[in-house]
Amino acid sequence: MFPLAFVFVAGLWEAYKSVGPEAGGKVLGIRLLPRTADRAMPHVWDMTSRLGRPEVRGGTEAIWQVVAAATWYSFRVALVAFVIGALLGIGVAVLMARFKVIERAVMPYLVVSQTVPIIVLGPLIIGLMAYGSRDLVSKTWIAAIILGVFLAFFPVAVATLRGLQSTPPASLELMESLAAPWWRTLVKLRFPAAIPFIAPALRLAGAAAVVGVVVAEISLGVPGGVGRLILSYGQDASSDPPKLYTAVFGAAVLGLAMALLVVAIDRQLMRRHPPEAT
Amino acid sequence: MKFTARVRSSLAVILPPIVLGVVFIALWQAWVEIKDVQPFVIPKPSAIIDALREDPDLVVKASVVTGVNALVGLVLGSVIGFVAAVLTNRYRLVGDLVNPLAVTVAAVPAVVIVGVLNNMYALDSQIGRRLMVTIAVFFIVFVQVAKGLRHNNPTQMELMDSYAATPRQVLLRVRIPNTMPFLFTAIRTAAPIAVIIALVSEYFGGTQDGLGSKISGTLNGSNKALGFAYVVGGSIVGLLFFAGSSLLEYLVVPWQRRRVHG
Amino acid sequence: MEAVRVAGVSKVFNQGAVNQVDALVDIDLDVRKGEFVSLIGPSGCGKSTLLRLIADLIQPTTGEVTVNGKTAHQARLDQDYGMAFQQSGLFDWRTVERNIELPLELKGWDKPKRRARSAEMLTLVKLTEFSQHMPWQLSGGMQQRVAIARALAAHPELLLMDEPFGALDEMTREHMQAELLRICRETGTTVVFVTHSIPEAVYLADRVVVMSPRPGRITATVDVGLGRDRNELTREATEFYDRVTEVREALRGTHVGDVVAGLEDR
Repeated sequence: MFPLAFVFVAGLWEAYKSVGPEAGGKVLGIRLLPRTADRAMPHVWDMTSRLGRPEVRGGTEAIWQVVAAATWYSFRVALVAFVIGALLGIGVAVLMARFKVIERAVMPYLVVSQTVPIIVLGPLIIGLMAYGSRDLVSKTWIAAIILGVFLAFFPVAVATLRGLQSTPPASLELMESLAAPWWRTLVKLRFPAAIPFIAPALRLAGAAAVVGVVVAEISLGVPGGVGRLILSYGQDASSDPPKLYTAVFGAAVLGLAMALLVVAIDRQLMRRHPPEAT
Repeated sequence: MKFTARVRSSLAVILPPIVLGVVFIALWQAWVEIKDVQPFVIPKPSAIIDALREDPDLVVKASVVTGVNALVGLVLGSVIGFVAAVLTNRYRLVGDLVNPLAVTVAAVPAVVIVGVLNNMYALDSQIGRRLMVTIAVFFIVFVQVAKGLRHNNPTQMELMDSYAATPRQVLLRVRIPNTMPFLFTAIRTAAPIAVIIALVSEYFGGTQDGLGSKISGTLNGSNKALGFAYVVGGSIVGLLFFAGSSLLEYLVVPWQRRRVHG
Repeated sequence: MEAVRVAGVSKVFNQGAVNQVDALVDIDLDVRKGEFVSLIGPSGCGKSTLLRLIADLIQPTTGEVTVNGKTAHQARLDQDYGMAFQQSGLFDWRTVERNIELPLELKGWDKPKRRARSAEMLTLVKLTEFSQHMPWQLSGGMQQRVAIARALAAHPELLLMDEPFGALDEMTREHMQAELLRICRETGTTVVFVTHSIPEAVYLADRVVVMSPRPGRITATVDVGLGRDRNELTREATEFYDRVTEVREALRGTHVGDVVAGLEDR
């Protein structure tokens, strides 16, 4: 159904463009309808054909190659952030499951992290990095990773802890009757039993890592990343509107690629578990 | 439990996070002082508190602006999402078209979508921002409610069958009430996201009176202490939304509690 | 006129397909007004299917089901019966009182009439103090009592029950059986009751209908003949044990019985 959905959206887009008001419209006095001028809403075919043309007039590379390279770059950065964030999250959750004191101390902050818009701390983390070392400033992709890790860490930690704590009591009693020490119980029972909780959180973490990386790239203009392209093409938006959309395409592909990856991971992890009613 | 035992166990629960928080803030303060970190890199906690105390109105006003945007979007998005899910339940095709869209929208980083819509809408007005939130909330609520409508309690369906009930009666009396837990869980999930989108949509220019623009403005500038004060404001708004929607879920769908805990 | 007449009924699922199932074959059953009939048999014998045929929740492949002199379909449209399932199926979002009123609402009764009737039913099942409670605040046994009150709310002449006490523990079960008997005697309701439990079938019924699977059919009928005034002592009477044994032996004659007999030879 996917391709059909996109055709449907493209159709809607063009249909609205043909009938909608150029300067945007008002519904009940509220400016609800988007602007339909070509500057604001380029034609679908303009956007797709722009992909084939070069980035700058007289340049040799078609823009899609530039966008693709940037997307690949950002994807790798986001992947690293995702992996580090997930490992950290699981590690902290294990510690919290083992030592009740640590759990009690950290838990409220984990809960808060899920409800508070921590993305706002982005500029701060970046600023901190700049302070940390002069030449880290040039390696701005590290800031992107850090922000990505920061955003990916929390959902994984919360979900892993919940999973580790939801082991069926009967199974725990079995392990106790077999005189299994805590760490073995962790590896053989708690962790496998927690997978149904961890897998969905990994999906969230993947998306969060992408968001963190893209936001950092946009704020810092990280060279080579797709965020930077959005930033600079956005500046050209008035003269060359479809250009911005090519970068947006790239970001969308980035998000989708990560989503596909985490779904594949999810399926792989859950292959031995009974199918859920979801 | 004896009194001292009670006190001890309550303390055991409350103390660790407080200790952790206090230690963290103390270390932060100390590090800034000792290393003589400039205030434009990272402010002292004491400076943040000063900024908050000096002119709380600044933070409150900005919080209200962003909060209202998020709230309007949350309410509208939930209502429209719910109605759409009920209507499209009858027509599978619509659901099949919207679902991949919802998945895609969820996958693309929100920031990017906001940026695109900025082009189309001019997010300089609050309306545009509220629209953004509405769209984001709509997708979350729509997907969850549609899922809930597909879960049918077989015993209740057989019961209604034995009453020779019309499909409309079944929808109104059984299927929609059974969807309520899904709806309010979706609202609880969407609430923090509403706040985030409201914040992020302010990054893209327009009237600079909301938290998002203030935060990016000050954190990128020199008055970082004030920036942090705004961050605190934003956190409180986020917490309020979460608490409010959790409370709503608790009140309206009390039997859900039972299922989760018992 | 019988309360229920099942004549030459058979039910085939997935006719002609690879997974065709002969759920019921050649069923003839008559239930008199005010009679209490238990259907018992191993899994797959079709007892729940038969109940649902009477309820017009599914339709027979051949044969005819008559309820109260009408077709089963008309009986359902006229709401001539009440039904109770293994899950109480109560609506979590309604109070006990409003749960009982559900069938009355659907019939278009006005509020005062509904309130009066649900109060009456609550007294019948001895749950008057719980009228404003929510279902999840009640125990399993109490929830089933509410479900029974709901099934009887419109004073149907026929009650169809599919293992309503299956999810309860033994003590609660026996208590509920006594309550059910008392209620049915007081209201004169005809009952068709599906169960897995031999003592339950014998304790409750005037007649126990024994069924067997593959294909589903009636293999025997046992007249209980313990009279109408049953109580705790009845469970300890010799006649009770004799009937239970009779039913058990009738069940042994089924396919499951063959498997069990094989075990006993070891």
